[in-house]
Amino acid sequence: MSKELEPLSDPGLPEHIHRKADTDPIAAKRAEQQVAILFGLSALGTLLFIYSFFFIADDQFIFIPIMGNTNAHQLGIGIGMAASLLFIGFGAVHWAKKLMPDQEVIALRHEMRSDESDRQEFVKTAKAGAEQAGLGRRPLIKRTLAAAAGLAGLPAVILLRDLGPLPGNSLNETSWRSGTRLVTDPGDRPIRPADLEVGAVAQVMPELAAGKKRTLEDVAKDAVLLIRLRPSEFQLDDERLSWTYQGIIAFSKICSHMGCAVALYEQTTKHLLCPCHQSTFDVTRAAKVIFGPAARPLPQLAITVDDDGYLIAKQPFTEAVGPSFWERKS
Amino acid sequence: MTARERIAGNVANYVDERTGAAAWMKKNLNKVFPDHWSFMLGEIALYSFVILLLSGTFLTFWFDPSMRHVTYEGSYLPLKDVEMSAAYASALHISFDVRGGLLMRQIHHWAALIFMAAIVVHLLRVFFTGAFRKPREFNWLLGVGLLTLGIVEGFLGYSLPDDLLSGTGIRIAHAIIQSIPVVGTYLSFFAFGGAFPGEVFIPRIYIVHVLLLPGIFLALITIHLMLVWYQKHTQYPGPGRTEKNVVGYPLMPVYMAKAGGFFFIVFGITAFLGAVASINPIWLYGPYTPGQISAGSQPDWYMGWLDGLVRMAPPIETYLFGHTISWNILIPGLIIPGIIFTGMALYPFIESWMTGDKREHHLLDRPRNVPNRTALGVMSLTFMLVALINGGNDIIATHFDLTINQIMWFSRIGIIVLPPLAFVITKRICLSLQRKDRELVLHGRETGRLVMLPHGEFVEVHEELSAQEKYRLTQHEQPVAISLVKEDAQGVVNPKGIRAKLQARFSAANAENIAKPTASEVKELESGHH
Repeated sequence: MSKELEPLSDPGLPEHIHRKADTDPIAAKRAEQQVAILFGLSALGTLLFIYSFFFIADDQFIFIPIMGNTNAHQLGIGIGMAASLLFIGFGAVHWAKKLMPDQEVIALRHEMRSDESDRQEFVKTAKAGAEQAGLGRRPLIKRTLAAAAGLAGLPAVILLRDLGPLPGNSLNETSWRSGTRLVTDPGDRPIRPADLEVGAVAQVMPELAAGKKRTLEDVAKDAVLLIRLRPSEFQLDDERLSWTYQGIIAFSKICSHMGCAVALYEQTTKHLLCPCHQSTFDVTRAAKVIFGPAARPLPQLAITVDDDGYLIAKQPFTEAVGPSFWERKS
Repeated sequence: MTARERIAGNVANYVDERTGAAAWMKKNLNKVFPDHWSFMLGEIALYSFVILLLSGTFLTFWFDPSMRHVTYEGSYLPLKDVEMSAAYASALHISFDVRGGLLMRQIHHWAALIFMAAIVVHLLRVFFTGAFRKPREFNWLLGVGLLTLGIVEGFLGYSLPDDLLSGTGIRIAHAIIQSIPVVGTYLSFFAFGGAFPGEVFIPRIYIVHVLLLPGIFLALITIHLMLVWYQKHTQYPGPGRTEKNVVGYPLMPVYMAKAGGFFFIVFGITAFLGAVASINPIWLYGPYTPGQISAGSQPDWYMGWLDGLVRMAPPIETYLFGHTISWNILIPGLIIPGIIFTGMALYPFIESWMTGDKREHHLLDRPRNVPNRTALGVMSLTFMLVALINGGNDIIATHFDLTINQIMWFSRIGIIVLPPLAFVITKRICLSLQRKDRELVLHGRETGRLVMLPHGEFVEVHEELSAQEKYRLTQHEQPVAISLVKEDAQGVVNPKGIRAKLQARFSAANAENIAKPTASEVKELESGHH
């Protein structure tokens, strides 16, 4: 393994040098006092904790340089607790370093491997045990046991079946139907095109049927961003252009990458940015991905207005919103 | 006999007659542990774990792991009358209406960060000094297991308060589960009890966070420590230290005082951080709703590299045979981490195969003396560092006035180019350091004193090293390449084939070292006096 290189000989452990406290009783006494002072400081920390906990109101603030205005109650109990612990530690370590023996001692190691006789004895015992059980001679028992033990694991897995429902088609569906009104979130007020100025952004949700409450599961699929541009700024094909209304375009707010809310809109560039992984979508080109890890544009919601002049969905989303999954079409 | 001695004796006698503990204690109270600052890193991890158990138990007295909707009516006015989950409301309650609650929350979070940091640095120490070698491979595996579970445990922990930031983290975890081919959609529906976010996920991860994983941690840590105890600690090489001995201080009293004291110091520092450094101010984020998000959403540091990998992934998704696969999530989120952790776990076995070294090792390596391993370690670190930097690309962009695009492209190229570069540079540095050691042993230390010789020549006086120092710099073994027998004397071709060839290549690379000075070289110089 290694070349014989006539290594330098081992001079052995260096000579032990005594500390001052080992030989000088005055130094030892001083070290003892230092340890005692450290333990005393710990007790003071505990007192500070108790005082702050009971007698400083939790809405009292004091000015501390660097930290600024600080909650006195929080700071008092925190610093008190820190001091009560830290100084016990400092005291113990100082004690060990100054007063306890500091001469290194040598212990011998033993190889991990057992004695040869023990190993042989073990092999013999194990073999004898296997022999007595007769596993080798009775393959039928061995095989049926293996099969039974394997199968016995199944109930443990099957028991988990009711952790949740099967997905069914639910990931492909949202609450948006043709004719669903867009309502503000928060506020749940229907919107007219005139409510949005050019350059404005609004988060909207599908209008709820009377008496129904919106769940977070709904929000996770239904959240939509409305953005109003000048119609001339769009670079869309005819179909997608027909999904907009007077320069108002609607996209799913749920990122097509990992489902975060795509919440950052840059008005000058008309880019939507997802704060999670910085996927960037170009609003003028139907939320095409222009940067980052997202692989698909944000799904666009076709909108128009109803007879009362309120914005409605023309049709449901034509694709699943949110992150991809195995069963997703396209 | 004093009264105190008599009582102590009686207690010891009582216990020993029932357990026979004296024989074991006699041997082990004086157990010798080598002393080095780097051996405290694992201790920090252990102590942080204890702090986590203590502070975590406190938090469970008030925390309500429920996603049931409530209206907040506590004393934090900005969120008054806001609808939120009971989990978030109770986290606010702990922060504002339980005295010491905020302090304990902050201690718990700081301790988690320190726990993970200590594990990582401890792992690096073990890696770079070769402490994982036989007979300690099991402990390396346990360590990798603890690191992996630590990441999961930390993530579950900061996901519990159900604030806007942590909910976003759960959203991303959900997308990762959902990206798994074939079963992903089903797994996500089982884990979340239906569609995201559902009402069961937080109660479920709560029991995993406070019972299941801590239980596993306790078991693994116990085995980890028992093995350290039984196998005896490794030690750094030096005069008087051999593969057959262990040099250090006895457990009783020095180590009890030092280690016990150190526990209080770690706890004290964590408490100090909890007192003065605000961490995870959940009240600023607001309750989670899938329709909202805060800018600069960042995971805790030990998840940052993972997020960085996801951020830099190219936008690749395939739709084949009616099924969608998100490679942009699958590769950075599951495949690369899988490779990294598997590779890490297998490394001791791979290295032992590459070098052909099957012996026990109790003396640690100086990293420079094992250039390939050291270079591999720095290479992996570089990879993780680039990923971590990219995980904070939005923060870096705003703080250093760069664009996200610049940082992303730096990362995408850097993660491929920089690690191999780091390998080459590190290996060169190691060899240079070996050369320096050789120089020091043979020619001594430069003193900076210039002396004019009688014939007018100026020389710098070199100071000879002590015998101890010389030994420390030359005690290591120098590996030699395994020679591959292509065909034997009868002309029979070696049947081992490609694997043996590979092994020979690796061991040859491993043997590329600067020849260390031999005893005769040193003697020659000493007698020649220069």
